[in-house]
Amino acid sequence: MKKYDVHMLELVEKSEIAKNIFDFKLKNAQIAKITEPGQFLHIAVPGMVLRRPISVCDVTDDCIRIVFRIKGDGTRRLSEAKKGDMLDVLGPLGNGFDIEKGKTYAFVGGGIGVPPMLYSAKRAEKAYAVLGFANKDAAILCGDFKEAGCELFIATEDGSFGVRGFVTEPLENIIDRVDGVCACGPIPMLKAVAELCRKNGKPCQVSLEERMGCGIGACLVCACKTHGENGDEYKHVCKNGPVFNAEEVAWNG
Amino acid sequence: MADLSVKICGVTLNNPLIAASGTFGFGHEYGELYPLSTLGGISCKGITLLPRLGNPPPRIAEGKDGILNSVGLQNPGVDHFINDDLPWLMRQNTAVIANIAGNTVEEYCQMAERLDDSGVDMIEMNISCPNVKHGGVAFGTSCESVGNITKQVRAHCKKPLIVKLSPNVSDIAEIAKSAEAQGADAVSLINTLTGMRIDIETARPILRNNTGGMSGPAVFPVAVRMVWQVKNAVSIPVIGMGGISSWQDAAEMLIAGADALQIGTVLFNDPYAPIKICKGLNDFLDKKGYKSVSELTATIKPW
Ligand SMILES: Cc1cc2nc3c(=O)[nH]c(=O)nc-3n(C[C@H](O)[C@H](O)[C@H](O)COP(=O)(O)OP(=O)(O)OC[C@H]3O[C@@H](n4cnc5c(N)ncnc54)[C@H](O)[C@@H]3O)c2cc1C
Ligand SMILES: Cc1cc2nc3c(=O)[nH]c(=O)nc-3n(C[C@H](O)[C@H](O)[C@H](O)COP(=O)(O)O)c2cc1C
Ligand code: FES
Repeated sequence: MKKYDVHMLELVEKSEIAKNIFDFKLKNAQIAKITEPGQFLHIAVPGMVLRRPISVCDVTDDCIRIVFRIKGDGTRRLSEAKKGDMLDVLGPLGNGFDIEKGKTYAFVGGGIGVPPMLYSAKRAEKAYAVLGFANKDAAILCGDFKEAGCELFIATEDGSFGVRGFVTEPLENIIDRVDGVCACGPIPMLKAVAELCRKNGKPCQVSLEERMGCGIGACLVCACKTHGENGDEYKHVCKNGPVFNAEEVAWNG
Repeated sequence: MADLSVKICGVTLNNPLIAASGTFGFGHEYGELYPLSTLGGISCKGITLLPRLGNPPPRIAEGKDGILNSVGLQNPGVDHFINDDLPWLMRQNTAVIANIAGNTVEEYCQMAERLDDSGVDMIEMNISCPNVKHGGVAFGTSCESVGNITKQVRAHCKKPLIVKLSPNVSDIAEIAKSAEAQGADAVSLINTLTGMRIDIETARPILRNNTGGMSGPAVFPVAVRMVWQVKNAVSIPVIGMGGISSWQDAAEMLIAGADALQIGTVLFNDPYAPIKICKGLNDFLDKKGYKSVSELTATIKPW
């Protein structure tokens, strides 16, 4: 079995779970079987030169679930796919979260960074989910995390749901109880989470985004500055990531 | 079954499709999908004398039917290439082309000399990279500097020397002639066209380098025109590239005058493009009654 390949996935379920945020269930047993938490799919969008990278949100039986927000033309066209359509997917790609057996983790997601945390949280023996949204209407997947057995903490910027403020506040309250933290979301959030983990001596893994070409490590466009043995260097989000150890990331690169 | 193999500067390629430099790394990643012997050759990621970090991200932007990149020659350096990447590549049953770039003529010469003692099949001299501050495209934009650098590098290497031409010039045929006159064994074209995209909300260029090199289907007509002009001007082999994304494009580029082809950007959308293009070309040759793909080269009947 190839590590990654071009697969055709059938769109079997589709819904808009919040304004401009779509939830797709894609069927193909072959790729579902080998997909790990935190990996991503590189999806061809008809009429566009580049594929679009979208994280794996969940895997159930022979289906992969993705949740994405309309950002520009590519994601808008993707959102227009109809039930029964076949999507051309290169994947599964990248290195996911390293979830060790018997350990407790906090899974921290901000906005559209929430989806990749779901399948990851399911892998952990015990999981806290700390999710941040702009407001109540933008909140997604809260029920799914509960169902997955996570202890749930929610923060919204306007206080319309959960506590008012950022994810770092609820995270600070529980950080003593976890062995490690996994996070995905906007860079300022990731930086703040990484800093909190550093202060508390907890290992922190972050999932990063960068514009991509090939998606497999050949074209070197998806660069991310990291601290290497011989000084700073550029690693590649598609092949070395998207998940990195937070200490490795040169945040101001 | 037509014969798809082609012979360029004494090197036989399995078929006319070579992976374009910078889009295929050193082959490992696409090698997970299919044997690299599927390709006629691999033009490796551009290498420099010393390792290079490359430019800060974002390094890629999209346009209608094309992309811009500003990778800036991130690479591990010529010695790492020879010691760590080349031995594996040489076992893949495909021609290996080293693509070199330098800050100075001396650097090109030093690299050519080291590669001359290595197992690479050919050397492609990139004097057309738009994404680096020193050297790069500056060597490739006047007949005088192209002639000069070709002459000097030629003196340092016996391997087949391909000079890769920039489209960012006023008369590419004249440049090709200078390269031929000073000893180039072949020319390849086109490298990327300089371009730019700007985010209208922030007024910031998408690329951190502000400008980048454009490739993909949008540049194809420009590439066809340039390959045709160059083929008319020189008698050394011409390797055509720029926006090829289907077997029809491949056939068109051959008809315009290409002896072999390179494909790059299309791989990002369809990693299996080489297989599809070869199959399509083969069927086309059969239908047209050609025995060998080389018979198609330069069959253009211009008005
Ligand atoms: C590893 C990874 C996982 C991702 N997972 C998800 C997810 O689960 N859900 C989700 O909604 N979004 C996700 N994204 C972001 C998503 O890829 C972009 O929103 C999308 O590519 C935008 O395309 P567009 O044509 O709609 O937007 P445009 O802005 O028009 O895109 C123009 C170009 O820029 C690229 N681009 C723009 N924004 C981004 C970005 N943030 N990251 C990478 N490339 C970008 C596009 O791919 C395209 O090539 C992920 C990105 C990466 C790198
Ligand atoms: C991401 C990327 C990196 C590239 N890097 C190099 C390089 O290192 N050396 C080089 O000579 N050309 C480089 N090129 C140019 C290609 O080899 C080729 O000339 C160009 O992309 C046109 O072909 P295409 O439209 O099929 O991609 C690069 C192109 C891309 C898209
Ligand atoms: S997208 Fe090509 S190396 Fe990451």
